[in-house]
Amino acid sequence: METTIEKLTSKDFASDQEVRWCPGCGDYSILKQVQTVLPDLGRPKEEFVFISGIGCSSRFPYYMDTFGMHSIHGRATAIATGLKATRPELSVWIITGDGDSMSIGGNHFIHMLRRNPDVNVLLFNNQIYGLTKGQYSPTSEQGKVTKSTPMGSVDYPFNPIALALGADATFVARTLDRDPKHQQAVIKRGYEHKGTSMVEIYQNCNVFNDGAFEVYTEKGSKKENILLMENGKPLIFGANDDKGIMLDGFKPIIVNLADVSANDLWIHDETDLVKATILSRFYDDPTHPDHKPRPFGVFYVNSNKNTFDELFNNQMDAAMAKGLGDLDKLIAGNETWVVN
Amino acid sequence: MSSSVDKELESVVIRFAGDSGDGMQLTGTQFTNAAALFGNDLATFPDFPAEIRAPIGTLAGVSGFQIHFGSTKINTPGDMSDVLVVMNVAALKANLKGLVKGGVIIANSDGFDSKNMRLANVPEDQNPLTDGSLAEYDLKVIDVTKITRAALADSGLGTKEIDRCKNMFVLGLIYWMYHRSMDSSIEFIKSKFKKNEAVMTANLKVLQAGWSYGETTEMFANRYTVAPAKMNAGVYRSIMGNQAAALGLVSASVKSGLPLFYGTYPITPASDILHELSRHKNFNIKTFQAEDEIAAICSSIGASFGGNLAITGSSGPGIALKGEAIGLATMLELPLVIVNVQRAGPSTGLPTKTEQADLMQAYFGRNGECPVVIVAAQSPVDCFNMAYEACRIALEHMIPVFFLSDGYIANGSEPWLFPQTKDLQDIKVEFAPERGNNDDKFMPYLRDEKLSRPWALPGTKGLEHRIGGLEKQNVTGNISYDPNNHEQMVLLRQEKVDRVADYIPLQTMDNGPETGDLLILGWGGTYGALKTATAILRGEGLNVSHAHLRYINPFPKNLGEILKGFKTVVVPELNNGQLVKIIRDKYFIDAIPYNKIQGLPFMSTEVVNKIKEILA
Repeated sequence: METTIEKLTSKDFASDQEVRWCPGCGDYSILKQVQTVLPDLGRPKEEFVFISGIGCSSRFPYYMDTFGMHSIHGRATAIATGLKATRPELSVWIITGDGDSMSIGGNHFIHMLRRNPDVNVLLFNNQIYGLTKGQYSPTSEQGKVTKSTPMGSVDYPFNPIALALGADATFVARTLDRDPKHQQAVIKRGYEHKGTSMVEIYQNCNVFNDGAFEVYTEKGSKKENILLMENGKPLIFGANDDKGIMLDGFKPIIVNLADVSANDLWIHDETDLVKATILSRFYDDPTHPDHKPRPFGVFYVNSNKNTFDELFNNQMDAAMAKGLGDLDKLIAGNETWVVN
Repeated sequence: MSSSVDKELESVVIRFAGDSGDGMQLTGTQFTNAAALFGNDLATFPDFPAEIRAPIGTLAGVSGFQIHFGSTKINTPGDMSDVLVVMNVAALKANLKGLVKGGVIIANSDGFDSKNMRLANVPEDQNPLTDGSLAEYDLKVIDVTKITRAALADSGLGTKEIDRCKNMFVLGLIYWMYHRSMDSSIEFIKSKFKKNEAVMTANLKVLQAGWSYGETTEMFANRYTVAPAKMNAGVYRSIMGNQAAALGLVSASVKSGLPLFYGTYPITPASDILHELSRHKNFNIKTFQAEDEIAAICSSIGASFGGNLAITGSSGPGIALKGEAIGLATMLELPLVIVNVQRAGPSTGLPTKTEQADLMQAYFGRNGECPVVIVAAQSPVDCFNMAYEACRIALEHMIPVFFLSDGYIANGSEPWLFPQTKDLQDIKVEFAPERGNNDDKFMPYLRDEKLSRPWALPGTKGLEHRIGGLEKQNVTGNISYDPNNHEQMVLLRQEKVDRVADYIPLQTMDNGPETGDLLILGWGGTYGALKTATAILRGEGLNVSHAHLRYINPFPKNLGEILKGFKTVVVPELNNGQLVKIIRDKYFIDAIPYNKIQGLPFMSTEVVNKIKEILA
């Protein structure tokens, strides 16, 4: 039977709880974009579940008027996997940060990606520990001076996109807090993907790591430093859209469009894992003179892989096809004897 | 025809011991099945090394299986064995001290050659089969290897495959000695090797050869009969503790009408629960082997949030990793069963050996004030009952419940007068109903008379709510940093556990009156040994009673009353004194600890001696 779903608005998804992120935090934008996207998905509110770990970003579920769980550090992925396995009809979202998913929850993160449950991950990457007041994170750049690293951190950072691809993720994308439209589009695509969608969102922590991504957000620099990927379109960037990327074998090179026709550029193909892997390695320090632009958009989509919840429940359906087993028979087992 | 004379015995303890690869566990379980089907009461004790294939021939590689069967009530696998079957010199060396003086030794002489002597660190000139050191025992030396090879000379099998049949010779011989039908083993061999006829035929042939050996040689002066036990009338089966626990969980799932989700990570000695459950998907049993212990419990919390009967299972080291998530489940006030099949610790400890040293971990092993309900099984069969109870309490009280088992009862087996499922206590589960736009706002932490909150499933209209690990306001469930609210919530969570006492049975005496000179207060897998010890002590006219706890947090409401009725309370435990501390703290009595921490169960004689010493 077809049931009519009342048209929801972004307000319907806002809970009655006061939002307590610091003023100016990038999290506000992400909350707003999610609340904007959800009413367009045509699902009743009670079908959405937001599960988070620990960190500033993980307060997110409290502000959504959906089902939600603010769990423990790094484990939202595991909780979501158990919920999705048992309740595959729900729309399950994971809200996590760079410390939550890349550090304490790294193990669950890669294992969830390899299993591919149909859940949506929003990874708020601010390259800092905010809630604990400013220590370097696993995505902080090497040499970062923080409260815990007064002489600079010696750790090399994780590259979340490359890590996700390495773990066989089936949907990998990057967006940023300061571009609402791009964010909404990417989040929506992630929702529509059947399988785990991993969306990394560059999110500014204006208190402990202000300006970490300003080269990608500020007018003067962003066009030189951002590579907006669109499926089937050539990879073009630059202040005047005057540069492009070509592949020389497996080696990406930056070319000037004055010298090369746009038709000869690298045409983005979301289904090409090898090329997605090369793009994921566009991860240079933007102050480096030869740096490549940082890609945003969808790196990779694999729609051909069964989801974990499908495979898990297919087995259940096959086993249950003949109805529920006979419990008395099971308890009695194969060999019994009678005492009179 | 053999000239042996039949003798009737009340009970016998046989220990099969050999190299890890000698098939002693299989031999033991086969004999166990035959004894059970014959109608004996019995108890078993598999005792094996942690290594899958420890170095051949060494002491470290010795694997043993002890069975105690009889025509009377059997409570333990026996303190000492009457018959010791040894496949090599290492097995003899490791097990001789556990054989009664004058007991029978059946030794495979091939396992006493110079190579085996060297591997077992026995000097060449001290071969126990020939140096007279076993004069006090009834020694039967048989070259099992040689006979097996001779029997299978034309089988077409290689020497390695032939030698693997040695254990069947021993089994056949023991069947002959105790007048047992070999039918169940014949059926077993036929079904196990149905795809490999040569191996099937070989095993059957050697099994028969063992029987015939007893029949035709003059080696055995006696054969023995052990009559069926006088047990309560009904239909029985044989069951191991882990298997019983799994069936208890399945039963709770069926009786509550909820699908079961078991999130777990492989760990000795709990993995068999996963193996058993994973075979029963047709009972709506979902099993999930997670990437680690933390994911195992967290996936279960997710499944519980979604409305499943959620269970996670592990042993001590895994439980340590689950601690934070148990705290979360306590804050979320969702039903969750945590199975701990205890093993000797700390850290990796002795993975295949038993201990009861995780009681404090269950009681207190989390940050903050984090009480949980704790139940413990006392025998292999009781694993069914208490696993079921753990589920019932978790579901009906919306609370995490620990189910404690241990390696000894998990791997031990005994006959089970199994219940009909219609006789199992009902498990009532209600989910919060959907709400319309005009209804009041849903209050996720509004409590009922048990102090439990509504189970509000995602997908239910009008119940959208958020839960989490942060302290929350009572009733609304909103985050609250209010000092008084926090204190109230801590006390409510404690009171919620305490109130479970209104929904569990009162403590009963296992043996002896409710008042007297001395109470033996036990818990968990020590039950059989304490029961036997109490019977011996009372048989000698001592005023000793035994009560055994299965509900440990909260305790049954009348426990304090019982404790006050005795001049002395002794708490025997396989740890360094854990329950005794709780009893002393809660009831202000000078309970006496009695502890054994060797990775082994109590022997009832040890307990008898200790109690006599205390009473003296």
